[in-house]
Amino acid sequence: MTARDDGLRLDRVSIRLGPKSLVELDAAIAPGEVLTVMGASGSGKSTLLAFIAGFLGPRFSASGRVFLDGREITAQPANRRRVGLLFQDPLLFPHMSVGGNLLFAIAPGKAGERRGRAEAALAEAGLEGFFDRDPATLSGGQKARASLVRVLLSDPRALLLDEPFSKLDAQLKQQIRQFVFDCARERGLPVLLVTHDPQDAEAAGGRIVRLD
Amino acid sequence: MIRFAPAFAIAVLIGPVAFGLAATFLPAFGYLPTLGGASLNLEAWRQLLATPGLAGSALVPLAAGLITALASLATVCGFVAGWSHLRAFQALQHLLSPLLAVPHAAAALGLAFLLAPSGWLMRLVSPELTGFLRPPDWLIIHDSSGLTMMIGLYAKELPFLFLVTLAALPQARPGPHAAITASLGYGRIAGFIHGVWPLVYPQIRLAVFAVIAFASSTVEVAILLGPTNPAPLAARLAVWMNDPDLAMRFKASAGAVLQLGVTLCALLIWIAGERLAGRIAAVLRLSGRRFARDFAPRLAAAGAVLLAGAAVFSGLFLLALWSLAGPWRFPDAFPQSLTLATWSHHAAGLGWPFAVTLGVGLASTLIAVALTLACLEHEARSGRSGGRALSLLYVPLIVPQAAFVFGLQLFFLVSPLDLSFAALTLAHLVFVLPYVFLSLGDPWRAFDARYAQLALAMGASPARVFWRVRAPILLRPILVAAAVGFAVSIGQYLPTLLIGAGRWPTLTTEAVALASGGDRRVIGVYAFVQLALPFAGFFLATLLPAIIHSGRRDMQAAG
Repeated sequence: MTARDDGLRLDRVSIRLGPKSLVELDAAIAPGEVLTVMGASGSGKSTLLAFIAGFLGPRFSASGRVFLDGREITAQPANRRRVGLLFQDPLLFPHMSVGGNLLFAIAPGKAGERRGRAEAALAEAGLEGFFDRDPATLSGGQKARASLVRVLLSDPRALLLDEPFSKLDAQLKQQIRQFVFDCARERGLPVLLVTHDPQDAEAAGGRIVRLD
Repeated sequence: MIRFAPAFAIAVLIGPVAFGLAATFLPAFGYLPTLGGASLNLEAWRQLLATPGLAGSALVPLAAGLITALASLATVCGFVAGWSHLRAFQALQHLLSPLLAVPHAAAALGLAFLLAPSGWLMRLVSPELTGFLRPPDWLIIHDSSGLTMMIGLYAKELPFLFLVTLAALPQARPGPHAAITASLGYGRIAGFIHGVWPLVYPQIRLAVFAVIAFASSTVEVAILLGPTNPAPLAARLAVWMNDPDLAMRFKASAGAVLQLGVTLCALLIWIAGERLAGRIAAVLRLSGRRFARDFAPRLAAAGAVLLAGAAVFSGLFLLALWSLAGPWRFPDAFPQSLTLATWSHHAAGLGWPFAVTLGVGLASTLIAVALTLACLEHEARSGRSGGRALSLLYVPLIVPQAAFVFGLQLFFLVSPLDLSFAALTLAHLVFVLPYVFLSLGDPWRAFDARYAQLALAMGASPARVFWRVRAPILLRPILVAAAVGFAVSIGQYLPTLLIGAGRWPTLTTEAVALASGGDRRVIGVYAFVQLALPFAGFFLATLLPAIIHSGRRDMQAAG
């Protein structure tokens, strides 16, 4: 495996719904780079993420291949792809504590070590002491950060962001955006961001692809 | 494994019905080798047609099926149209839902305690208003026109259709429609019928068919409240089918085929009525008439709902009261004293039917919930919805029990193994599974699929996603579906009677059998326990999730 292969590569990906072509994309995203895909709602942006993550519904047909760090993941089951997801809602599991949510993401191992990792990650995200909290008691910004901490603790090799900032108010939006992009860059994760908000694209600072 | 769940579920739903119908049709035309019937003939039909009072036995249930369905549907339509904008409407929904859990037998017995000439209503007004010091010699229960039976069925089917309609309502967006039709000057009911009902009715149509099928073929309500001379066909069938004279089986089979015809006939008349109603509605739409003054029918619908609810609830109260009653002479509204004597007297006798009821109920419910979860999980993983196969769920609810359970009994009788408990559980499963599926399907599909996608993306296996994410979040609807299934199992009368063949008595078969004896205290004890079990199920279904998810705010609010 050469360095050239690192990152997320979409090799002539094409997704159709019946006779209608939704997405045509050929792109490589290097570690730490952000590629922004822009389009109006209904343009198939989320379908592209579903294809990469392994959730494409049977109504769609797709061709093309997806490579992650040089290994092809196109046909792999979703839980083996190591592709992390963030949606516009934080979607913390409501029946687990904040800590339970994080432990769910961490790979199996010694209980003490896993808990230590979770606590350290919370502290890093400014959520120290939140381990036993009910997710419902967190503020919007805290939920968004806990959600990012959770996905990072699952050790993904790439991040797919589906309008993750669209439900945050203006001030929080800027803060969370910065936090997400910093974390991804620090860890050298290729990021695919789909959004309809030009400011998101601008803040991401990378290339922009438009779907129409 | 779960790939095979849908096929297995369909086999459970359709297999017994198909086998049962076949094993009913063949003897009806003389073919039953084990009893010496080796050739096809019409002897059974000759016997059946020679039965005195057969026409009345067939026509009363036909009328009961149609009248009960029409009356309860009209009430639900008028009530939802007229009052669903009020906040109190939501509260009523919570009040009526428990009625769904009440077994038909318990509801009918309670109603008999209320309406009989020596019943509570008469006691409340005697002797002050009536002058009666003894119960009058009136035929109220078992009246020959079947009116009391229809009242009983109406009161019991009303909450069912009401809840089914409420489930279908949101998709039809009644709020905006009501605003538009009201601004055009239409009355609430007319606006609802023109704007919302055409979207709601197709969704509840199969449930209406199930009501027609049940009301036209019920055995236990017919035994408890229906006419006796002649009794409705299904009630007579139950007697013939249990006749020790095996030759009666041929006639009983022919009768079961006739019952199928009666129910089919009721459904066909209903479908013709649907067409007619559609034409009338179209004409009214073209006429532009507003029917703006509809307060009287709205009031009537509300009155009917309240009356039906009050009748069932007070009937249930009377079951409890009679089971605790000391001396209670006729015109007194209340017993002179309360005592546990009846309970302690019958506690030992209750034990075995109680254990059987619980055992069959838990076994069939457990299998039904597991099968339903496997089907739904398969659907979620493959991304393919069940689609038209789902309408198969209604097959066991629309084919009358009397028409195929009897054949099923023959089928198990000729099988060489003693599988009676398994057979009984399977017979219950046929009716439990559809209700569990219908109850769990909507909340399951309403689950936000992104939770599962996130969990998978974090590396969790599909099994782990099910056990750690989907099932715990949906714990409450899963337990509610189980409680519904348990209640359905407890309510089963005919399958228990025929398949259990006397060896597996349940609270339901005992309560119905006791009813002919007329000892209200003992009936009260059995019917009350029969009633208490399903309520205990619903209580647990509410309590357990609250305990398990305590301290998780979003799990308390979530359905």
